[in-house]
Amino acid sequence: MAKMTMVQALNLALRQRMEADDSVIVLGEDVGRDGGVFRVTDGLIDQFGENRSVDTPLAESAIVGMGIGMAVFGLRPVCEMQFSGFSYQAFHQIESHAARLRRRSRGRFTVPMVVRAPYGGGVRALEHHSESREAFYAHIPGLKMVIPSGPRNARALLVSAIEDPDPVIFFEPKAVYRAFREEVPEAEERLPLSRSQLVREGRHVTLVAYGAMVRPTLEAADQLQAHSGIEAEVIDLLTISPIDDELFTASVKKTGHAVVVHEAPKSFGPGAEIIARMMEKSFYYLEAPIIRVTGYDTMFPLFAREQWYLPNARRIARAVQETLKH
Amino acid sequence: MPKSELELPYRIEVLSVLDETGHLDQALEPELTPEMLPRLHRTMLLGRRFDERMLSLQRQGRIGTFPPIKGQEASQLGAVAALEANDWMVPCFREMVAQLWRGARLENFLLYYAGFDEAVAIGAEQHDLPVSIPVASQLPHAVGLAWSIKYRNQPQVAMTFFGDGATSEGDFHEALNFASVFQLPVVFVCQNNQWAISIPRHRQTHSRTLAQKALAYDMPGIQVDGNDLLAVFRAAREAVERARGGGGPTLIECVTYRMSVHTTADDPSRYRTDAEVEEWVKRDPLERFQRYCIDKGVLDQTRIEQLEQEIAAEIQEAVGRAEAKMKQEPDPMDLFEHMYDQLPRTLVEQREAFTRQLAAEREEARHG
Repeated sequence: MAKMTMVQALNLALRQRMEADDSVIVLGEDVGRDGGVFRVTDGLIDQFGENRSVDTPLAESAIVGMGIGMAVFGLRPVCEMQFSGFSYQAFHQIESHAARLRRRSRGRFTVPMVVRAPYGGGVRALEHHSESREAFYAHIPGLKMVIPSGPRNARALLVSAIEDPDPVIFFEPKAVYRAFREEVPEAEERLPLSRSQLVREGRHVTLVAYGAMVRPTLEAADQLQAHSGIEAEVIDLLTISPIDDELFTASVKKTGHAVVVHEAPKSFGPGAEIIARMMEKSFYYLEAPIIRVTGYDTMFPLFAREQWYLPNARRIARAVQETLKH
Repeated sequence: MPKSELELPYRIEVLSVLDETGHLDQALEPELTPEMLPRLHRTMLLGRRFDERMLSLQRQGRIGTFPPIKGQEASQLGAVAALEANDWMVPCFREMVAQLWRGARLENFLLYYAGFDEAVAIGAEQHDLPVSIPVASQLPHAVGLAWSIKYRNQPQVAMTFFGDGATSEGDFHEALNFASVFQLPVVFVCQNNQWAISIPRHRQTHSRTLAQKALAYDMPGIQVDGNDLLAVFRAAREAVERARGGGGPTLIECVTYRMSVHTTADDPSRYRTDAEVEEWVKRDPLERFQRYCIDKGVLDQTRIEQLEQEIAAEIQEAVGRAEAKMKQEPDPMDLFEHMYDQLPRTLVEQREAFTRQLAAEREEARHG
């Protein structure tokens, strides 16, 4: 087993899927010769040629639209949006066609396509390079919306996303891209695109997070344990849509308290959906209001102020203490 | 460096074979077999009569909103007639005659416009995408199909349809650019019907032709008389052959006219005159092609009358079959069909709740 960054693990997933299946095609801006601006597709063009790692002109709508045509034909395109902040130019292809073609053709045509996009803050980037707009995509029927949190689950989820018969939007937390390494086995692993994971057991409070927020959430849990003896249970959502509500509602039934964490804006964010489901399925077990620790309903600031926008371990720990007062 | 000029050897071909006065340019006349001519004529006539019947059904409230094709029969039929069955056809939403040629069934149009999802079923052997309503958004799909054809080294081409309004959309330009950069076997067919709802062609673009937009992408662009089936067929066949032979994409502008409404929800009297429509009625594509077939000796007045009767009966039967289906209550559970390969648990729960709700409503209805 090799220790890998998320970038290397994603590259491994792409390489192995491309070796196994010549219908897997990577396409996007700078994905070929340059290997992607984050190097996720590094070396693929050398191994598979420019017909498998396709440098396209600079046009997000046509990248995804062409991917849809390729998928209808029977290929398995993996489209890269250079940053999720530029994916809105492809939004109508995703909403109007990728998500709908199965239904619109009564199952004759399907779109087994992955749209990968780096998302999220914390990397001192320019405007449009730090937002978390997963709710846009999670709201669309017919899609799946996936966000890994570490190298190993990123690799396994990307393999599953490529093999999935339906379109998958795959957001990659760029704050995690090179933040830490994990053991990633050489043999292909898969994770279901419908299951969250318990990443820390606890009995006092349930913390739900995903993507780049899993690490500060775990950090908060460790601090709470060390300083206050609070045992927090942490759930990593992994798939935003379709949402897995079994694990977190079961956890809330045990703990009676919950805090939901994401860096996306608070209102109408995934946290609202998570909490609504807790209310529907575990209302009578709740002992306190559920708290959201999220980005604000403001523009993501330029990076001199991003530390105040993004949730961190301290904010999360304070929210836990607040909810446990009840 | 001194100021200089770069000469680009660009020109736009303008093609007309059979004009509205019946004059035929024999040097340009495409070879259409004696079997092909009556088939084309019959499809054109069927399309015209079916379009008229759908309009009347809509006005009676028997089907919902639909976009009539009247006047555009030659521009779409001439183009698809140049395709083989396993070539890919990527329509927008005003290609009923082209779809009939490709094997679509009359009753499915009626059911579709009566709001039945199941009417969009596409046969396993068909290489036809379903209609695409957001303007120009289907063009990149044709590019993706063509990219795949090239990648898999298949002897196919992709042909996609759109209107004059679509040439203002980003997807039009992105698709042409990609097709050209990758030199893909795709034919872009613009049915320039002069109106994008209320916006006339000259407010859509300041360009003298739509065909010239191909030039920016270094791709052949040709403007043809879209009411002249022979001209459209000739241009389409050349473009399809070029694409199949590895010669890359082509843009064809068919100059035609939307003789009817944009959709049945539209009132053209707000933006255009009857006199303008009358001018185009004189250039009717059906009449022109019918006269050609008579001159060629594959059709005569007796046969036309016979055909009119056959077609009326065919349409009547289709209306009968469609209306019989419309009378049956559609299965409400279909809401949850064809969403994903496997229905996620969140949707299974919603479907179960919906089933319970339906059962409760039926129970309430039983007890008044």
